[in-house]
Amino acid sequence: MDQLVALLGYEFVQNAIAAGTVIAIVSGVVSRFVVARNMSFAVHALGELGFTGAAGFILLRLSPVLGLLAGTAVTAVFIGALGVRARGRDVVVGVVMAFGLGLGVLFITLYKGYANQAFAILFGTITGVSRADVVLLLAIGLVTLVSLAAIYRPLTFATVDPEVAEARGVPVGALAVAFLLIMAAAVAEAIQVVGVLLILTLLITPGAAAECLTPRPGLAIIYSVAIALFCILGGILLSLITNAPVSVFVTSLSFGCYLLARFVVGPRRRDIRATSRPAESSAGTTVAEAH
Amino acid sequence: MGSPAVRFEGVTLEYGARRIWSDLSLDVPPGAFVAILGPNGSGKTSLLRAILGLVIPSSGRILVQGRSPHRGDPDIGYVPQHSSFDADLPFRGRDLVQLGVDGHRWGIGWPDPTRKARVDRAVASVDADAYADAPIGRLSGGEQQRLRIAQALVGDPRILLCDEPLANLDLRYQQTITALIAGWRERTGGTVLFVTHDVNPVLGVVDQVLFVVNGRWAAGKPDEVLTSERMSALYGSHVDVVRVHGRIVVVGESTESGFNIEEPHHVPVPLEPH
Repeated sequence: MDQLVALLGYEFVQNAIAAGTVIAIVSGVVSRFVVARNMSFAVHALGELGFTGAAGFILLRLSPVLGLLAGTAVTAVFIGALGVRARGRDVVVGVVMAFGLGLGVLFITLYKGYANQAFAILFGTITGVSRADVVLLLAIGLVTLVSLAAIYRPLTFATVDPEVAEARGVPVGALAVAFLLIMAAAVAEAIQVVGVLLILTLLITPGAAAECLTPRPGLAIIYSVAIALFCILGGILLSLITNAPVSVFVTSLSFGCYLLARFVVGPRRRDIRATSRPAESSAGTTVAEAH
Repeated sequence: MGSPAVRFEGVTLEYGARRIWSDLSLDVPPGAFVAILGPNGSGKTSLLRAILGLVIPSSGRILVQGRSPHRGDPDIGYVPQHSSFDADLPFRGRDLVQLGVDGHRWGIGWPDPTRKARVDRAVASVDADAYADAPIGRLSGGEQQRLRIAQALVGDPRILLCDEPLANLDLRYQQTITALIAGWRERTGGTVLFVTHDVNPVLGVVDQVLFVVNGRWAAGKPDEVLTSERMSALYGSHVDVVRVHGRIVVVGESTESGFNIEEPHHVPVPLEPH
Protein backbone atom coordinates (compact mmCIF):
# COMPACT_ATOMS: atom_id res chain seq x y z
CA MET A 1 0.00 0.00 0.00
CA ASP A 2 2.83 2.39 0.91
CA GLN A 3 4.46 1.38 -2.32
CA LEU A 4 1.26 2.35 -4.18
CA VAL A 5 1.11 5.77 -2.51
CA ALA A 6 4.77 6.32 -3.39
CA LEU A 7 4.02 5.39 -6.99
CA LEU A 8 1.24 7.98 -7.18
CA GLY A 9 3.87 10.64 -6.47
CA TYR A 10 5.57 10.00 -9.80
CA GLU A 11 4.57 12.32 -12.61
CA PHE A 12 4.34 9.53 -15.19
CA VAL A 13 1.83 7.73 -12.95
CA GLN A 14 -0.25 10.87 -12.51
CA ASN A 15 -0.19 11.42 -16.27
CA ALA A 16 -1.27 7.84 -16.90
CA ILE A 17 -4.17 8.11 -14.44
CA ALA A 18 -5.33 11.47 -15.83
CA ALA A 19 -5.15 10.28 -19.43
CA GLY A 20 -6.74 6.95 -18.49
CA THR A 21 -9.70 8.70 -16.87
CA VAL A 22 -10.39 10.85 -19.94
CA ILE A 23 -10.03 7.88 -22.26
CA ALA A 24 -12.30 5.70 -20.11
CA ILE A 25 -15.11 8.26 -20.21
CA VAL A 26 -14.86 8.67 -23.99
CA SER A 27 -14.60 4.91 -24.64
CA GLY A 28 -17.46 4.10 -22.30
CA VAL A 29 -19.86 6.52 -23.98
CA VAL A 30 -18.83 5.78 -27.55
CA SER A 31 -18.83 2.00 -27.08
CA ARG A 32 -22.56 2.08 -26.29
CA PHE A 33 -23.26 3.42 -29.77
CA VAL A 34 -20.67 1.13 -31.39
CA VAL A 35 -22.52 -1.86 -29.94
CA ALA A 36 -26.00 -0.55 -30.74
CA ARG A 37 -24.99 0.29 -34.31
CA ASN A 38 -23.12 -3.01 -34.74
CA MET A 39 -19.90 -1.35 -35.86
CA SER A 40 -17.22 -3.63 -34.35
CA PHE A 41 -15.54 -4.18 -37.69
CA ALA A 42 -15.34 -0.43 -38.38
CA VAL A 43 -13.69 0.07 -34.97
CA HIS A 44 -11.14 -2.59 -35.84
CA ALA A 45 -10.38 -0.92 -39.18
CA LEU A 46 -10.08 2.53 -37.59
CA GLY A 47 -7.58 1.10 -35.12
CA GLU A 48 -5.40 -0.56 -37.76
CA LEU A 49 -5.37 2.54 -39.93
CA GLY A 50 -4.66 4.69 -36.90
CA PHE A 51 -1.46 2.67 -36.84
CA THR A 52 -0.78 3.59 -40.46
CA GLY A 53 -1.33 7.26 -39.64
CA ALA A 54 0.96 7.12 -36.62
CA ALA A 55 3.66 5.31 -38.62
CA GLY A 56 3.40 7.97 -41.33
CA PHE A 57 3.66 10.83 -38.82
CA ILE A 58 6.65 9.22 -37.06
CA LEU A 59 8.32 8.95 -40.46
CA LEU A 60 7.74 12.71 -40.91
CA ARG A 61 8.96 13.34 -37.33
CA LEU A 62 5.48 14.55 -36.21
CA SER A 63 3.43 13.64 -33.13
CA PRO A 64 2.29 10.00 -33.21
CA VAL A 65 -0.89 10.92 -31.30
CA LEU A 66 -1.89 13.35 -34.05
CA GLY A 67 -0.86 10.71 -36.57
CA LEU A 68 -3.27 8.24 -34.99
CA LEU A 69 -6.02 10.83 -35.16
CA ALA A 70 -5.22 11.66 -38.78
CA GLY A 71 -5.23 7.96 -39.69
CA THR A 72 -8.55 7.22 -38.01
CA ALA A 73 -10.21 10.42 -39.30
CA VAL A 74 -9.19 9.81 -42.93
CA THR A 75 -10.43 6.23 -42.62
CA ALA A 76 -13.75 7.43 -41.19
CA VAL A 77 -14.20 9.82 -44.10
CA PHE A 78 -13.40 7.09 -46.63
CA ILE A 79 -15.79 4.59 -45.06
CA GLY A 80 -18.45 7.29 -44.79
CA ALA A 81 -18.03 8.42 -48.38
CA LEU A 82 -17.98 4.93 -49.87
CA GLY A 83 -20.99 3.60 -48.02
CA VAL A 84 -22.77 4.30 -44.76
CA ARG A 85 -25.77 2.07 -45.29
CA ALA A 86 -25.87 -0.98 -43.05
CA ARG A 87 -25.79 -3.36 -46.01
CA GLY A 88 -22.41 -3.57 -47.65
CA ARG A 89 -20.74 -1.43 -45.01
CA ASP A 90 -18.52 -4.29 -43.84
CA VAL A 91 -17.32 -4.81 -47.38
CA VAL A 92 -16.38 -1.15 -47.73
CA VAL A 93 -14.60 -1.24 -44.36
CA GLY A 94 -12.62 -4.29 -45.46
CA VAL A 95 -11.64 -2.70 -48.77
CA VAL A 96 -10.44 0.52 -47.10
CA MET A 97 -8.66 -1.34 -44.28
CA ALA A 98 -6.67 -3.61 -46.61
CA PHE A 99 -5.31 -0.66 -48.58
CA GLY A 100 -4.50 1.38 -45.48
CA LEU A 101 -2.61 -1.47 -43.83
CA GLY A 102 -0.55 -1.79 -46.99
CA LEU A 103 0.47 1.84 -46.57
CA GLY A 104 1.38 1.11 -42.95
CA VAL A 105 3.74 -1.65 -44.06
CA LEU A 106 5.34 0.81 -46.49
CA PHE A 107 5.89 3.40 -43.74
CA ILE A 108 7.50 0.81 -41.44
CA THR A 109 9.91 -0.25 -44.18
CA LEU A 110 10.83 3.34 -45.01
CA TYR A 111 11.62 4.28 -41.41
CA LYS A 112 14.77 2.68 -40.01
CA GLY A 113 14.86 1.52 -36.43
CA TYR A 114 11.67 2.52 -34.68
CA ALA A 115 10.51 -0.93 -33.66
CA ASN A 116 9.93 0.38 -30.13
CA GLN A 117 7.50 3.06 -31.21
CA ALA A 118 5.67 0.62 -33.48
CA PHE A 119 5.38 -1.83 -30.60
CA ALA A 120 4.00 0.94 -28.37
CA ILE A 121 1.29 1.84 -30.87
CA LEU A 122 0.36 -1.79 -31.36
CA PHE A 123 0.11 -2.60 -27.66
CA GLY A 124 -0.38 0.71 -25.83
CA THR A 125 1.80 3.36 -24.19
CA ILE A 126 -0.32 4.79 -21.40
CA THR A 127 2.47 4.77 -18.81
CA GLY A 128 4.65 6.67 -21.25
CA VAL A 129 2.37 9.66 -21.96
CA SER A 130 3.71 13.17 -21.24
CA ARG A 131 1.91 16.15 -19.66
CA ALA A 132 1.50 17.57 -23.16
CA ASP A 133 -0.04 14.29 -24.34
CA VAL A 134 -2.50 14.44 -21.45
CA VAL A 135 -3.59 17.92 -22.47
CA LEU A 136 -3.95 16.83 -26.08
CA LEU A 137 -5.95 13.75 -25.08
CA LEU A 138 -8.15 15.88 -22.85
CA ALA A 139 -8.82 18.30 -25.70
CA ILE A 140 -9.68 15.50 -28.14
CA GLY A 141 -11.84 13.86 -25.48
CA LEU A 142 -13.78 17.04 -24.76
CA VAL A 143 -14.46 17.71 -28.45
CA THR A 144 -15.63 14.11 -28.86
CA LEU A 145 -17.97 14.20 -25.88
CA VAL A 146 -19.43 17.61 -26.75
CA SER A 147 -20.07 16.52 -30.37
CA LEU A 148 -21.69 13.32 -29.19
CA ALA A 149 -23.86 15.22 -26.73
CA ALA A 150 -24.98 17.57 -29.50
CA ILE A 151 -26.21 14.71 -31.72
CA TYR A 152 -27.23 12.35 -28.91
CA ARG A 153 -31.00 12.36 -29.48
CA PRO A 154 -31.11 12.18 -33.29
CA LEU A 155 -28.25 9.63 -33.30
CA THR A 156 -30.21 7.47 -30.87
CA PHE A 157 -33.31 7.84 -33.08
CA ALA A 158 -31.35 6.94 -36.24
CA THR A 159 -29.72 3.97 -34.49
CA VAL A 160 -32.79 2.39 -32.93
CA ASP A 161 -35.52 3.35 -35.37
CA PRO A 162 -34.06 4.53 -38.69
CA GLU A 163 -37.29 4.43 -40.75
CA VAL A 164 -39.26 6.70 -38.44
CA ALA A 165 -36.21 8.89 -37.80
CA GLU A 166 -35.91 9.53 -41.52
CA ALA A 167 -39.61 10.34 -41.75
CA ARG A 168 -39.25 12.79 -38.86
CA GLY A 169 -36.55 14.65 -40.77
CA VAL A 170 -33.51 13.26 -38.94
CA PRO A 171 -30.46 13.38 -41.30
CA VAL A 172 -29.70 9.67 -40.94
CA GLY A 173 -26.87 9.54 -43.49
CA ALA A 174 -25.07 12.65 -42.21
CA LEU A 175 -25.31 11.34 -38.65
CA ALA A 176 -23.69 8.06 -39.71
CA VAL A 177 -20.70 10.00 -41.04
CA ALA A 178 -20.60 12.23 -37.95
CA PHE A 179 -20.56 9.18 -35.72
CA LEU A 180 -17.72 7.63 -37.75
CA LEU A 181 -15.68 10.77 -37.05
CA ILE A 182 -16.53 10.59 -33.35
CA MET A 183 -15.45 6.95 -33.39
CA ALA A 184 -12.23 7.99 -35.12
CA ALA A 185 -11.38 10.32 -32.24
CA ALA A 186 -12.36 7.74 -29.61
CA VAL A 187 -10.23 5.06 -31.29
CA ALA A 188 -7.23 7.41 -31.45
CA GLU A 189 -7.66 7.99 -27.71
CA ALA A 190 -8.18 4.38 -26.70
CA ILE A 191 -5.11 3.26 -28.67
CA GLN A 192 -3.04 5.13 -26.07
CA VAL A 193 -4.06 2.60 -23.45
CA VAL A 194 -4.36 -0.77 -25.14
CA GLY A 195 -2.88 -0.20 -28.58
CA VAL A 196 -4.21 -0.90 -32.04
CA LEU A 197 -4.52 -4.64 -31.70
CA LEU A 198 -6.58 -4.62 -28.51
CA ILE A 199 -8.79 -1.64 -29.29
CA LEU A 200 -12.03 -3.66 -29.17
CA THR A 201 -11.54 -4.32 -25.46
CA LEU A 202 -12.36 -0.65 -24.75
CA LEU A 203 -14.72 0.22 -27.61
CA ILE A 204 -16.91 -2.89 -27.59
CA THR A 205 -16.69 -4.71 -24.27
CA PRO A 206 -17.86 -1.97 -21.83
CA GLY A 207 -20.89 -1.17 -23.99
CA ALA A 208 -21.67 -4.85 -24.49
CA ALA A 209 -21.40 -5.60 -20.76
CA ALA A 210 -23.54 -2.57 -19.85
CA GLU A 211 -26.48 -3.67 -21.99
CA CYS A 212 -26.77 -6.85 -19.94
CA LEU A 213 -27.33 -4.76 -16.83
CA THR A 214 -30.19 -2.39 -17.63
CA PRO A 215 -32.88 -1.69 -20.22
CA ARG A 216 -32.50 2.07 -19.72
CA PRO A 217 -30.40 3.72 -22.43
CA GLY A 218 -29.02 6.53 -20.25
CA LEU A 219 -28.12 4.19 -17.40
CA ALA A 220 -26.45 1.81 -19.86
CA ILE A 221 -24.05 4.62 -20.84
CA ILE A 222 -23.25 5.33 -17.19
CA TYR A 223 -22.56 1.63 -16.51
CA SER A 224 -20.44 1.46 -19.63
CA VAL A 225 -18.31 4.42 -18.47
CA ALA A 226 -17.98 2.89 -15.00
CA ILE A 227 -16.78 -0.41 -16.46
CA ALA A 228 -14.27 1.35 -18.73
CA LEU A 229 -12.96 3.39 -15.77
CA PHE A 230 -12.60 0.27 -13.64
CA CYS A 231 -10.73 -1.59 -16.40
CA ILE A 232 -8.34 1.22 -17.34
CA LEU A 233 -7.50 2.48 -13.84
CA GLY A 234 -7.36 -1.07 -12.50
CA GLY A 235 -5.14 -2.05 -15.40
CA ILE A 236 -2.75 0.84 -14.81
CA LEU A 237 -2.42 0.07 -11.09
CA LEU A 238 -1.93 -3.67 -11.61
CA SER A 239 0.65 -2.93 -14.26
CA LEU A 240 2.55 -0.62 -11.91
CA ILE A 241 2.58 -3.27 -9.22
CA THR A 242 3.56 -6.19 -11.42
CA ASN A 243 5.49 -4.53 -14.24
CA ALA A 244 3.48 -6.47 -16.84
CA PRO A 245 1.98 -4.41 -19.71
CA VAL A 246 -1.22 -2.42 -19.02
CA SER A 247 -3.11 -4.00 -21.93
CA VAL A 248 -2.84 -7.46 -20.39
CA PHE A 249 -4.79 -6.29 -17.34
CA VAL A 250 -7.24 -4.04 -19.19
CA THR A 251 -8.26 -6.85 -21.54
CA SER A 252 -8.57 -9.36 -18.68
CA LEU A 253 -10.57 -7.00 -16.49
CA SER A 254 -12.94 -6.02 -19.29
CA PHE A 255 -13.46 -9.65 -20.31
CA GLY A 256 -14.17 -10.47 -16.67
CA CYS A 257 -16.69 -7.61 -16.45
CA TYR A 258 -18.42 -8.87 -19.58
CA LEU A 259 -18.71 -12.44 -18.33
CA LEU A 260 -19.95 -11.24 -14.96
CA ALA A 261 -22.52 -8.91 -16.50
CA ARG A 262 -23.73 -11.40 -19.05
CA PHE A 263 -23.91 -14.55 -16.96
CA VAL A 264 -24.20 -13.50 -13.32
CA VAL A 265 -25.54 -10.00 -12.71
CA GLY A 266 -27.60 -9.58 -15.89
CA PRO A 267 -29.68 -12.77 -15.68
CA ARG A 268 -30.45 -12.08 -12.00
CA ARG A 269 -31.78 -8.64 -12.85
CA ARG A 270 -33.81 -9.97 -15.75
CA ASP A 271 -35.45 -12.55 -13.51
CA ILE A 272 -36.57 -9.82 -11.13
CA ARG A 273 -38.04 -7.87 -14.03
CA ALA A 274 -39.69 -10.90 -15.56
CA THR A 275 -41.54 -11.83 -12.38
CA SER A 276 -42.68 -8.27 -11.71
CA ARG A 277 -44.00 -7.87 -15.23
CA PRO A 278 -47.60 -8.97 -15.77
CA ALA A 279 -47.27 -10.65 -19.15
CA GLU A 280 -50.06 -9.63 -21.49
CA SER A 281 -49.69 -12.71 -23.63
CA SER A 282 -50.71 -14.96 -20.77
CA ALA A 283 -54.15 -13.34 -20.45
CA GLY A 284 -55.99 -16.39 -21.76
CA THR A 285 -56.38 -15.47 -25.41
CA THR A 286 -57.19 -17.39 -28.54
CA VAL A 287 -54.17 -17.67 -30.77
CA ALA A 288 -50.50 -17.76 -29.87
CA GLU A 289 -48.82 -14.80 -31.44
CA ALA A 290 -46.61 -15.44 -34.44
CA HIS A 291 -43.32 -13.62 -34.62
CA MET B 1 -65.73 20.91 -46.23
CA GLY B 2 -62.11 22.00 -45.87
CA SER B 3 -59.25 21.25 -48.24
CA PRO B 4 -58.27 17.59 -48.54
CA ALA B 5 -55.86 16.15 -45.99
CA VAL B 6 -53.87 14.59 -48.81
CA ARG B 7 -54.31 15.32 -52.50
CA PHE B 8 -52.70 13.54 -55.45
CA GLU B 9 -52.76 15.46 -58.73
CA GLY B 10 -51.74 13.27 -61.66
CA VAL B 11 -48.86 11.78 -59.69
CA THR B 12 -46.44 9.40 -61.42
CA LEU B 13 -43.65 7.69 -59.55
CA GLU B 14 -40.65 5.99 -61.13
CA TYR B 15 -37.58 4.24 -59.78
CA GLY B 16 -35.04 4.47 -62.58
CA ALA B 17 -36.72 3.06 -65.64
CA ARG B 18 -39.37 1.28 -63.63
CA ARG B 19 -42.73 3.00 -63.37
CA ILE B 20 -44.33 2.29 -60.00
CA TRP B 21 -47.68 3.93 -60.67
CA SER B 22 -48.85 6.58 -63.06
CA ASP B 23 -51.25 9.49 -63.14
CA LEU B 24 -52.74 8.96 -59.69
CA SER B 25 -55.34 11.56 -58.82
CA LEU B 26 -57.17 11.28 -55.53
CA ASP B 27 -58.49 13.49 -52.75
CA VAL B 28 -58.39 12.14 -49.21
CA PRO B 29 -60.79 14.25 -47.14
CA PRO B 30 -59.90 15.07 -43.52
CA GLY B 31 -61.08 12.34 -41.16
CA ALA B 32 -61.11 9.65 -43.82
CA PHE B 33 -59.85 6.11 -43.25
CA VAL B 34 -58.28 4.96 -46.51
CA ALA B 35 -57.02 1.43 -47.03
CA ILE B 36 -54.25 1.17 -49.64
CA LEU B 37 -54.34 -2.29 -51.19
CA GLY B 38 -52.48 -4.19 -53.85
CA PRO B 39 -50.02 -7.03 -54.40
CA ASN B 40 -46.44 -6.92 -53.14
CA GLY B 41 -44.21 -4.57 -55.09
CA SER B 42 -47.09 -2.42 -56.30
CA GLY B 43 -45.66 0.69 -54.67
CA LYS B 44 -47.83 1.00 -51.56
CA THR B 45 -44.90 1.85 -49.33
CA SER B 46 -43.58 4.31 -51.95
CA LEU B 47 -46.91 6.10 -51.80
CA LEU B 48 -46.47 6.68 -48.06
CA ARG B 49 -42.85 7.72 -48.58
CA ALA B 50 -43.97 10.24 -51.19
CA ILE B 51 -46.41 11.76 -48.67
CA LEU B 52 -43.54 11.93 -46.16
CA GLY B 53 -41.44 13.80 -48.72
CA LEU B 54 -38.86 10.98 -48.86
CA VAL B 55 -39.40 10.21 -52.55
CA ILE B 56 -40.21 12.82 -55.17
CA PRO B 57 -42.77 12.02 -57.90
CA SER B 58 -41.45 12.21 -61.46
CA SER B 59 -44.54 14.16 -62.49
CA GLY B 60 -47.69 15.56 -60.93
CA ARG B 61 -47.81 16.82 -57.39
CA ILE B 62 -48.86 15.81 -53.91
CA LEU B 63 -50.36 18.23 -51.42
CA VAL B 64 -50.44 17.48 -47.70
CA GLN B 65 -52.93 19.81 -46.04
CA GLY B 66 -52.50 22.14 -49.02
CA ARG B 67 -48.70 22.18 -48.91
CA SER B 68 -45.91 20.25 -50.62
CA PRO B 69 -44.72 17.28 -48.59
CA HIS B 70 -41.67 18.04 -46.50
CA ARG B 71 -39.49 15.75 -44.40
CA GLY B 72 -40.22 15.93 -40.71
CA ASP B 73 -43.75 17.28 -41.06
CA PRO B 74 -45.00 17.29 -37.44
CA ASP B 75 -48.59 16.82 -38.66
CA ILE B 76 -47.79 13.33 -39.91
CA GLY B 77 -47.45 10.28 -37.68
CA TYR B 78 -45.78 7.24 -39.22
CA VAL B 79 -45.96 3.57 -38.28
CA PRO B 80 -43.35 1.81 -40.45
CA GLN B 81 -43.40 -1.73 -41.70
CA HIS B 82 -42.56 -4.27 -39.05
CA SER B 83 -38.87 -4.35 -38.18
CA SER B 84 -37.53 -6.16 -35.17
CA PHE B 85 -35.32 -4.80 -32.41
CA ASP B 86 -32.19 -6.45 -31.06
CA ALA B 87 -33.24 -8.45 -28.00
CA ASP B 88 -30.41 -7.06 -25.85
CA LEU B 89 -30.82 -3.43 -26.87
CA PRO B 90 -31.08 -1.32 -23.71
CA PHE B 91 -34.14 0.51 -24.88
CA ARG B 92 -37.63 0.42 -23.42
CA GLY B 93 -41.02 0.87 -24.99
CA ARG B 94 -41.31 4.24 -23.31
CA ASP B 95 -37.97 5.29 -24.84
CA LEU B 96 -39.37 4.47 -28.27
CA VAL B 97 -42.46 6.57 -27.58
CA GLN B 98 -40.25 9.38 -26.28
CA LEU B 99 -38.42 9.49 -29.60
CA GLY B 100 -41.76 10.55 -31.07
CA VAL B 101 -41.77 13.60 -28.80
CA ASP B 102 -38.27 14.99 -29.24
CA GLY B 103 -36.03 12.34 -30.85
CA HIS B 104 -35.43 14.60 -33.85
CA ARG B 105 -34.13 17.49 -31.72
CA TRP B 106 -30.44 18.15 -31.13
CA GLY B 107 -28.80 17.75 -27.73
CA ILE B 108 -29.11 15.23 -24.95
CA GLY B 109 -32.68 15.89 -23.86
CA TRP B 110 -32.39 15.80 -20.09
CA PRO B 111 -35.30 14.30 -18.12
CA ASP B 112 -38.33 16.56 -18.31
CA PRO B 113 -41.59 16.07 -16.36
CA THR B 114 -43.76 17.53 -19.15
CA ARG B 115 -42.29 15.14 -21.66
CA LYS B 116 -42.64 12.24 -19.25
CA ALA B 117 -46.32 13.07 -18.74
CA ARG B 118 -46.90 13.10 -22.50
CA VAL B 119 -45.15 9.76 -22.90
CA ASP B 120 -47.16 8.30 -20.01
CA ARG B 121 -50.43 9.45 -21.59
CA ALA B 122 -49.48 8.02 -25.00
CA VAL B 123 -48.44 4.71 -23.42
CA ALA B 124 -51.70 4.55 -21.46
CA SER B 125 -53.77 5.38 -24.55
CA VAL B 126 -52.61 2.15 -26.18
CA ASP B 127 -52.86 0.12 -22.93
CA ALA B 128 -49.14 -0.59 -22.91
CA ASP B 129 -48.42 0.46 -19.29
CA ALA B 130 -47.71 -3.10 -18.19
CA TYR B 131 -44.67 -3.56 -20.46
CA ALA B 132 -43.54 -0.03 -21.33
CA ASP B 133 -40.51 -0.42 -19.03
CA ALA B 134 -39.36 -3.77 -20.43
CA PRO B 135 -36.65 -3.97 -23.12
CA ILE B 136 -38.40 -3.39 -26.44
CA GLY B 137 -36.59 -6.26 -28.17
CA ARG B 138 -38.13 -8.77 -25.79
CA LEU B 139 -41.75 -7.75 -26.42
CA SER B 140 -44.06 -9.60 -28.78
CA GLY B 141 -44.85 -8.21 -32.23
CA GLY B 142 -48.25 -7.01 -31.06
CA GLU B 143 -46.84 -5.27 -28.00
CA GLN B 144 -44.22 -3.54 -30.14
CA GLN B 145 -46.90 -2.49 -32.60
CA ARG B 146 -48.94 -0.82 -29.84
CA LEU B 147 -45.89 1.13 -28.75
CA ARG B 148 -45.17 2.13 -32.35
CA ILE B 149 -48.68 3.53 -32.59
CA ALA B 150 -48.17 5.41 -29.34
CA GLN B 151 -44.92 6.78 -30.79
CA ALA B 152 -46.70 7.93 -33.95
CA LEU B 153 -49.56 9.54 -32.01
CA VAL B 154 -47.61 11.18 -29.18
CA GLY B 155 -46.81 14.18 -31.38
CA ASP B 156 -50.56 14.83 -31.96
CA PRO B 157 -50.46 14.41 -35.75
CA ARG B 158 -53.38 15.22 -38.08
CA ILE B 159 -52.54 12.41 -40.48
CA LEU B 160 -51.50 8.88 -39.57
CA LEU B 161 -49.63 6.75 -42.13
CA CYS B 162 -49.49 3.04 -41.31
CA ASP B 163 -47.47 0.55 -43.37
CA GLU B 164 -48.78 -3.00 -42.94
CA PRO B 165 -49.42 -2.50 -39.22
CA LEU B 166 -51.27 -5.83 -39.07
CA ALA B 167 -48.60 -7.99 -40.69
CA ASN B 168 -47.22 -10.74 -38.42
CA LEU B 169 -50.06 -10.27 -35.93
CA ASP B 170 -52.63 -12.82 -34.89
CA LEU B 171 -56.32 -12.15 -35.35
CA ARG B 172 -56.90 -10.80 -31.87
CA TYR B 173 -54.10 -8.29 -32.21
CA GLN B 174 -55.23 -7.33 -35.70
CA GLN B 175 -58.55 -6.31 -34.16
CA THR B 176 -56.91 -4.54 -31.22
CA ILE B 177 -54.61 -2.48 -33.44
CA THR B 178 -57.43 -1.64 -35.87
CA ALA B 179 -59.62 -0.53 -32.96
CA LEU B 180 -56.83 1.65 -31.55
CA ILE B 181 -56.34 3.45 -34.85
CA ALA B 182 -60.06 3.78 -35.54
CA GLY B 183 -60.55 5.08 -32.00
CA TRP B 184 -57.89 7.74 -32.51
CA ARG B 185 -59.63 8.85 -35.71
CA GLU B 186 -62.99 9.04 -33.90
CA ARG B 187 -61.58 11.12 -31.05
CA THR B 188 -59.47 13.55 -33.03
CA GLY B 189 -61.00 13.65 -36.50
CA GLY B 190 -57.60 12.69 -37.89
CA THR B 191 -56.99 11.08 -41.26
CA VAL B 192 -55.68 7.53 -41.65
CA LEU B 193 -53.86 6.06 -44.66
CA PHE B 194 -53.44 2.40 -44.02
CA VAL B 195 -51.37 0.13 -46.25
CA THR B 196 -52.46 -3.49 -45.99
CA HIS B 197 -52.38 -6.63 -48.10
CA ASP B 198 -55.66 -7.80 -46.58
CA VAL B 199 -58.63 -5.46 -46.39
CA ASN B 200 -60.76 -7.71 -44.20
CA PRO B 201 -59.50 -6.73 -40.74
CA VAL B 202 -60.27 -3.07 -41.47
CA LEU B 203 -63.39 -3.52 -43.61
CA GLY B 204 -65.62 -2.27 -40.81
CA VAL B 205 -63.83 1.08 -40.42
CA VAL B 206 -62.64 1.86 -43.94
CA ASP B 207 -64.52 4.43 -45.98
CA GLN B 208 -62.28 4.49 -49.04
CA VAL B 209 -59.95 2.01 -50.66
CA LEU B 210 -57.14 2.68 -53.10
CA PHE B 211 -56.17 -0.42 -55.02
CA VAL B 212 -52.87 -0.36 -56.92
CA VAL B 213 -51.84 -3.07 -59.41
CA ASN B 214 -49.05 -2.93 -61.98
CA GLY B 215 -49.05 0.85 -62.14
CA ARG B 216 -52.84 1.06 -62.52
CA TRP B 217 -55.12 2.09 -59.72
CA ALA B 218 -58.76 2.28 -58.67
CA ALA B 219 -60.23 4.23 -55.77
CA GLY B 220 -63.60 4.62 -54.12
CA LYS B 221 -65.85 3.02 -51.53
CA PRO B 222 -64.96 -0.63 -50.83
CA ASP B 223 -68.22 -1.85 -52.34
CA GLU B 224 -67.58 0.09 -55.54
CA VAL B 225 -63.96 -0.88 -56.01
CA LEU B 226 -63.89 -4.44 -54.73
CA THR B 227 -66.09 -5.91 -57.45
CA SER B 228 -65.31 -8.56 -60.05
CA GLU B 229 -65.67 -6.01 -62.88
CA ARG B 230 -63.36 -3.36 -61.43
CA MET B 231 -60.77 -5.86 -60.26
CA SER B 232 -60.77 -7.68 -63.61
CA ALA B 233 -60.23 -4.36 -65.38
CA LEU B 234 -57.44 -3.47 -62.97
CA TYR B 235 -55.58 -6.77 -63.23
CA GLY B 236 -56.29 -7.05 -66.96
CA SER B 237 -57.58 -10.60 -66.65
CA HIS B 238 -60.57 -12.36 -65.18
CA VAL B 239 -60.80 -11.92 -61.43
CA ASP B 240 -63.59 -12.92 -59.07
CA VAL B 241 -64.38 -10.98 -55.94
CA VAL B 242 -66.08 -13.35 -53.56
CA ARG B 243 -67.75 -12.59 -50.26
CA VAL B 244 -67.58 -15.42 -47.76
CA HIS B 245 -68.66 -15.08 -44.12
CA GLY B 246 -68.40 -11.29 -44.31
CA ARG B 247 -64.89 -11.50 -45.73
CA ILE B 248 -63.86 -10.30 -49.16
CA VAL B 249 -61.58 -12.57 -51.15
CA VAL B 250 -60.15 -11.62 -54.53
CA VAL B 251 -59.29 -14.69 -56.57
CA GLY B 252 -57.81 -14.81 -60.05
CA GLU B 253 -57.21 -17.52 -62.60
CA SER B 254 -54.43 -19.75 -61.44
CA THR B 255 -52.24 -18.73 -64.37
CA GLU B 256 -50.10 -16.40 -62.33
CA SER B 257 -48.60 -17.24 -59.01
CA GLY B 258 -49.24 -14.89 -56.14
CA PHE B 259 -52.32 -13.58 -57.85
CA ASN B 260 -54.56 -13.90 -54.87
CA ILE B 261 -54.41 -10.47 -53.21
CA GLU B 262 -54.93 -12.04 -49.83
CA GLU B 263 -51.44 -13.50 -49.80
CA PRO B 264 -52.11 -14.36 -46.20
CA HIS B 265 -49.14 -14.45 -43.86
CA HIS B 266 -51.40 -16.34 -41.55
CA VAL B 267 -53.99 -19.01 -42.07
CA PRO B 268 -57.33 -17.24 -41.50
CA VAL B 269 -58.65 -18.37 -38.17
CA PRO B 270 -62.40 -18.24 -37.49
CA LEU B 271 -63.28 -15.63 -34.92
CA GLU B 272 -64.09 -16.96 -31.50
CA PRO B 273 -67.30 -15.53 -30.11
CA HIS B 274 -66.70 -12.93 -27.43
